[in-house]
Amino acid sequence: MIRRTAFALALSMVPAAAMAEGTMPQMDFQNPLTTAQVLWMVVIMVVLYLTLSRWGLPQIGNILERREHQIASDLAAAHAAKAEADRAVAELHATMKQAREKAQADIAKAEADAKAKAFTDAKVLNDKLDAQLEYSEKQIAEARTTALAAIKPVAADVATTLMARLTGKAPDQAVLAPEIEAALAARKAA
Amino acid sequence: MAGPSIDALGQFRLSTGLGPLGAAINFTNSNEAMLASAAIIVVLFVLGLRSRAIVPGRLQALIELLYEFVRNMCVDTIGEEGLRFFPLVFTLFSFILLGNLLGLFPYFFAFTSHIAVTLSLALFVFAFSTGVGFYTHGFRFFKFFVPEGVPVWLLPLLVPIEIISYLSRPVSLSVRLFANMTAGHVMWEVFAGFMLLLTASFGIFGAFASIVPLGLNVALVALELLVAGLQAYVFAILTCLYLHDAVHMH
Repeated sequence: MIRRTAFALALSMVPAAAMAEGTMPQMDFQNPLTTAQVLWMVVIMVVLYLTLSRWGLPQIGNILERREHQIASDLAAAHAAKAEADRAVAELHATMKQAREKAQADIAKAEADAKAKAFTDAKVLNDKLDAQLEYSEKQIAEARTTALAAIKPVAADVATTLMARLTGKAPDQAVLAPEIEAALAARKAA
Repeated sequence: MAGPSIDALGQFRLSTGLGPLGAAINFTNSNEAMLASAAIIVVLFVLGLRSRAIVPGRLQALIELLYEFVRNMCVDTIGEEGLRFFPLVFTLFSFILLGNLLGLFPYFFAFTSHIAVTLSLALFVFAFSTGVGFYTHGFRFFKFFVPEGVPVWLLPLLVPIEIISYLSRPVSLSVRLFANMTAGHVMWEVFAGFMLLLTASFGIFGAFASIVPLGLNVALVALELLVAGLQAYVFAILTCLYLHDAVHMH
């Protein structure tokens, strides 16, 4: 910068070859236009300054401020929405966990209930079957006893009739009775 | 020598602009360029502020970029108090930047290449920042010329140096801008005139040889574009720096 300025100074102050007119127009302070341009510059710059400082620059400042505001509020809204979403996700996870635990507990309870019910049902059925079995056995025993009781007079009757038909005379009941008793016993033993 | 000669300084010659009306009120061709610069700035603002969109269009993005650039420069250099001077710095920066850039176009007058213009701007900045200094600190602002932590016997030497360096601020501020712009434009003119001289002196061979100064001028366009932006920036940041000194006194 310094070297360039020095070079520029040397070139502009002593441009012997270039000084066709003799002096630099910039240094010609006899020329009324040299000072007149400064006066008009003051007018132009004052107008420019007032235009920019009163109207142009505040407008841009407003735009930039509004944009900053908008960005800040948008960011805040986005942050709030993200927090909300995070909370909702956490809530969802918690609910899902809770629901899963409850479902598992329900399943376990239902299973236990079903097992217990099946157990009691089976027990009731068993008892009932046992009772029926006992009753039936008793009935069978009763029937057998009755049948056995009924078979003796029939056997005596048949034996008497057979003997009467074969021999022509009724057998002695005292002899017949023990014989039938023995035969029945043998049959029962077989 | 017959034929063309190099008139490198003619481009800086002032004349009256805007026809007879301009001649009557001494409105110069330099003022025409100033008016064009100011008009371009205002038109940029009018067009850029048309939609006032949250998501800016091209022109709105351009003026917002300019706004934030100068605003950050003020705040970074002067501090939060710098926002008071932001419109002033913005006006100076945009006016000088547009003046430098417009001056790069052929037939446009580069008003920043006039020492009267740059010195007026620099003197205004100097007077304004000194005024701010006295307004902010009263007569304590004189302590600005007394460096802190220096042995007393050195003060008679240092205080005059400080005062001289302070008073030379408008000179360096104005000469820097003026010299840079003048040098660039003179070099352009010299190289361009050299092409005519070559052709006039050596005919067809000279015309071919003038591709060299032409190439140099093309390279100079890039350099001058850089210088135009840089010098406007330097002027603005030095203004901020002087205002910083006035506000903070160190």
